[in-house]
Amino acid sequence: METLENSKVRRSENGLFEDKYMLDITQLTKIYPTPKGDYVVLDDLDLKVKHEEFISIIGHSGCGKSTLLTMIAGLNPISRGTIVANNQTIKGPGPDRGVIFQSPSLLPWMTAYDNVMLGVKQVFGHGTKKDRDDIVKYYLSKVGLEDAMYKKAKDLSQGMQQRVGIARAFALKPKVLLLDEPFGMLDSLTRGELQDVLIEVWNQEKITAIMITHDVDESIFLADRVIMMTSGPRAKVGDILEIDFERPRLRKDVLDHPDYYKYREHLINFLEH
Amino acid sequence: MKDKSINILNFIGLGFFEPAIRLASGEETKKNLVALFKKIVLPILSVGLFLLLWSAGSSHLYNIEKEFRIEKAFNERGEAAARLERSCIDSGSKDCQITTLPSPSQVWVAYKSLLADHASISAKKDAFAEKVAATNVKRAEQGLDAITYTGRPSFVDQIFTSLKTVFAGFLLALFIAVPIGIMLGLSESLRSSVNWLIQILKPVSPVVWLLLVSMIVNTLGKNSDGDSSFTISFISVGLCAMWATLVNTSMGVSSVDKDYINVAKVLQLNIGQKVFKIILPSSFPLIFTGLRITLSVAWMVLIAIELLAQSPGLGSFVWEEFQNGANDSNSKIIVAMFVIGIIGFLLDRIMLTIQKFVTFTEET
Repeated sequence: METLENSKVRRSENGLFEDKYMLDITQLTKIYPTPKGDYVVLDDLDLKVKHEEFISIIGHSGCGKSTLLTMIAGLNPISRGTIVANNQTIKGPGPDRGVIFQSPSLLPWMTAYDNVMLGVKQVFGHGTKKDRDDIVKYYLSKVGLEDAMYKKAKDLSQGMQQRVGIARAFALKPKVLLLDEPFGMLDSLTRGELQDVLIEVWNQEKITAIMITHDVDESIFLADRVIMMTSGPRAKVGDILEIDFERPRLRKDVLDHPDYYKYREHLINFLEH
Repeated sequence: MKDKSINILNFIGLGFFEPAIRLASGEETKKNLVALFKKIVLPILSVGLFLLLWSAGSSHLYNIEKEFRIEKAFNERGEAAARLERSCIDSGSKDCQITTLPSPSQVWVAYKSLLADHASISAKKDAFAEKVAATNVKRAEQGLDAITYTGRPSFVDQIFTSLKTVFAGFLLALFIAVPIGIMLGLSESLRSSVNWLIQILKPVSPVVWLLLVSMIVNTLGKNSDGDSSFTISFISVGLCAMWATLVNTSMGVSSVDKDYINVAKVLQLNIGQKVFKIILPSSFPLIFTGLRITLSVAWMVLIAIELLAQSPGLGSFVWEEFQNGANDSNSKIIVAMFVIGIIGFLLDRIMLTIQKFVTFTEET
C-alpha cells in the first residue's frame, strides 16, 4: 500500500498528470525480428486517452492497430516504450483491461451465463454468490439476452455471441475497455444493432474505451476522438479528429447532423492518401 | 412420440430406422420409401449377396478338396479305392470329413451348437454350485477358500473374459495416456523431449509388448502363486492401445484455440482453472476420438495377445479350435470371427454415444 502511495506522490512531483489521463502511451515501439532484419510495426507511438473517453483507431489493414491493442491488453510484449493504464505501468494481461475480441471468443461448451460468470467469479471472488449472480444477470439483460442466458454459447448466433462478449467485458467493471474490431465479422444489420447495444451500455458505465475499426461510420458514431494511423511499417498516429456530437447520441441525429459529412470526408481523405 | 423415438434412434446410432418410422406414420410417402430403400433394403441385399458369394466360394473350395482326394486315392490305390473314397465323402462320415472354408449353413449350425454347449455348461455350473454350497459355507467358517467350478469354459464365458480383459486394458490406457497427454500438451519442451520415445514405441507390435510385459510381470510375480496370464494380457493390451489417446490428448491440449487462451490470460485464471475450465473441455472431442481408436485397437490386439499369452478368452478359443481340428472347428472359428467383429462394432457405437453425451460439437 505504502509503495503505491509513494509512487503516486512521486508521479505528482515529477509533474506527471495523475488523474487526467486513464491511459498514457509513450514512445511505444513494436519490433518483430525477421531473418531479413527487424520489422518495425509501430515506431515511437504516443497516445493519451482521457477518463471516460471513447476513442476509435482507424487505419489500413496491417498498419499495426491490432498490435497496439494487444499490447495495451498485455497479450503482446512491448519492444520499447511504456503503457501506463490507471497510473500503473502494465506488465501483462489483467481484468482491469477488458477485451472484446473480433471473434466472440466464448467458450462454446458453456452457457452464456457461465461464460460471463467465469470472469465475474474471478474479479468479484470476494462478493457473495447472490451479488455475482445479480451482476451476470444484469449485464446479460442489458445486452438483450435475458431469454437466452442459459443457452450454450455454440447455439447462439454470431451477433448474440458478441452480445455475450459485450456483457462479459462490462460485467468485469474494467478501467479500460479494449475492442478489437468487435463487429467486423457481422453483417451490417446486426452490426448496427450491436453498435446501439454497445453505446447504450457504455452511456451508463462510461468506461474509457479504445476501439479498433475499419468502418468510418462506426468510428464517427461511437467515438469522441478518431485516431488515424499511418500505414505500416513504422506506423504512428497520423491525424486525430475530434467528434463533437453530444452524448447520448442517437444514430438518426448523428446522420442528420451537418458536421457528419465533414467528418466523414476528413476520414476518407486521410485513408485514401 | 414419433419425433422422440427418432431422436433416440439417431442418438444411439440406429438412425437408419428413421424412414421406417416416418413411413409408418404416413409422412411424405415417396421420399421415405426411397430413404427406406437406401438405408434398409440395400444393406439387406448386400448381406444376401455376401452370403451367396461365400457359399459359392466355400462349395468351390469343397469340390477342389474332394476331387484332389479322390484322385489321390485313384493314383495310389486304384479305381475301387477312389469309388470308396467318393461314397465315403458323400455320406458325410467323420472319417473322411473335408476341412476347408465352411459354408454359411455349417457356421450357423456351429453357432447353435456353441449356444447349446453354453447352456449345458451353465447347467453343470449351477448344479456344481448347489452341490458345494454347504461345503463352501463350512470352508468359509474354517477360513479356507471356496471350491469353485474349474471345468471347461463355454464360448459365452470366453466372450465375457475377453470383454473383462479389454476393459481392464482400456482403463489402464485411459489412466496412463490422458494425464501424460495433458502434461505433454501443456509443455512444449516436455513434448519435444519425449517425442522420440513415443514415435519409437508407437509402432511396436502387440506381440513384442506381450513379451516385454511378461518379462516384467513374471519377475515381479515370482512370489505370488496366482495366475499372471490375465495381468500380462490386460497390461499388454493397455500398452498397445494407449498411443492413440496419448497422441490425440497432447495434440488436443496443445492446439487449444488461441482465443480461449487469451480469455484465460485476460481473466488471469490459475493453472487449475485453465486446465479444467478451458483446456480440457476444448480438447475433449480429440481426446475422445483417441479413446475410441484406443478401444478398437485394444479389442483388435486382444485376440492376438490372448492367443499368445494363453490367457482365457476369445483368442485362446480360436487357437484351441484351430489346434483341435475337429470337424466343426473351422465353423467355430468363423463364428468367433463374426462375434469378434460384431462386439468390436458395438464397442465403437457405445463410445460414439458416450462421446455425443459428453462433448460439445462446434457448428461448422
